[in-house]
Amino acid sequence: MTEETASAVTKATARVKRGLAEMLRGGVIMDVVTADQAKIAEDAGAVAVMALERVPADIRRDGGVARMSDPALIEEIQAAVSIPVMAKARIGHFVEAQILEALQVDYIDESEVLTPADEAYHIDKWRFSVPFVCGATNLGEALRRISEGAALIRSKGEAGTGNVVEAVRHLRSIVGDIKKITQADSAELHGWAKELRAPYELVAEIAEAGKLPVPLFCAGGIATPADAALVMQLGAEACFVGSGIFKSGDPAKRGRAIVEATTHYQDATILAKVSRNLGVPMVGIEMDKVDVHLAERGW
Amino acid sequence: MGVESRLVKLPSELKGVTHLVIPGGESTAISLLLHSSDLLEPVAEFAAGGGALFGTCAGMIILASEIIDGRFDQVALGAIDITVRRNGFGRQVNSFEADLVVHGVSGGPMTVAFIRAPVVTRVGPDVSVLASVRYEFPDGGTREAPAVCRSKNVLVSSFHPEVTGDDRLHKLFLESF
Repeated sequence: MTEETASAVTKATARVKRGLAEMLRGGVIMDVVTADQAKIAEDAGAVAVMALERVPADIRRDGGVARMSDPALIEEIQAAVSIPVMAKARIGHFVEAQILEALQVDYIDESEVLTPADEAYHIDKWRFSVPFVCGATNLGEALRRISEGAALIRSKGEAGTGNVVEAVRHLRSIVGDIKKITQADSAELHGWAKELRAPYELVAEIAEAGKLPVPLFCAGGIATPADAALVMQLGAEACFVGSGIFKSGDPAKRGRAIVEATTHYQDATILAKVSRNLGVPMVGIEMDKVDVHLAERGW
Repeated sequence: MGVESRLVKLPSELKGVTHLVIPGGESTAISLLLHSSDLLEPVAEFAAGGGALFGTCAGMIILASEIIDGRFDQVALGAIDITVRRNGFGRQVNSFEADLVVHGVSGGPMTVAFIRAPVVTRVGPDVSVLASVRYEFPDGGTREAPAVCRSKNVLVSSFHPEVTGDDRLHKLFLESF
């Protein structure tokens, strides 16, 4: 039997935008540069792929201006997989974002991994139907991005290094300040808003809910199943893995292992099992050897 | 909701469960994890034994008997006799909220979110449709698609009731089975 419905359909609401991020929770989003890599990522159990021309490790190595990917590449990747496809726009480059929206990517990453296009303003993300993810190194930055319309926050880490130390720093900073805010009284909340340079309403919302109003994922430097489980135990709700998979010796196996580790992040027996015989990991870089700090882009 | 609940990630955690919810997410990833976590057989046995199941969005795909536009190797448990088309409403820009009247849910329409949702394209003889949604599809045609279906022991919705915070469909699930 069918009930007659006069359903009014509304698209691009904040709930619909944040809702897709909710559905990616507990999963792994993998950087891919070709349709073949996208298929390997889907086979490995990725919940989404990030389509780009160069992974952060190569951007770091090659230098030069890093821009939005060629639309033809993004379309090839969209055609190759059935999972959501994300793509990156430069910070403040709202025309790249308009193009990505026209391509119907599922999420736009306004990303510090690309060369910023505007040194004063991030994109006004409320003007778009496609949801945005933005990076943050601390809670103030996260709340400013949410206030601009971001529907998902990822801690930045230091992309393309294979070194998880910055991801841990940023995640601890965000999660730590959230904990402190839940203990603050109403007068202190105004102080927090001032200190974080963030809207008071969002600070008050955190005090009430004990978490960000949008999901919090982690990015930048995850290279092993243990790294993924580490950031999950520290409070991330999902992982972005960039260079860590396709710059390793056996991407299919490592990708799969990182997916399983992200699911079973609290089960050390399973983590030990999936960490075995993964081949060569990507070669990491120590922070004092890093010449360009991508995480410092954006404000 | 006044009931004891737990997360099931391993076969041992399924013991003693009377009502199982398979939530949203990516059906291909869930499918793979069902295999790697050795949950596929226990969940299939749970369904075959008449255990109560509620699948939302990706969960509905997993419970369906036939999947269109899926991966060749993805799980269709066949717990409810329906055919679904993955991402049938289109990509994320076509995701939407709608107010739906659900048969058996009192207190007015539910506001729910369809996110890259599957479309039910065929409903078997022993399956009843509790709600439908009218939608202008990417091909330009406006059609009505079943949004909530139920069989003897299985309830499925192509939307996510939890995204908009309405727990009435979960109540219906607990009360029906």
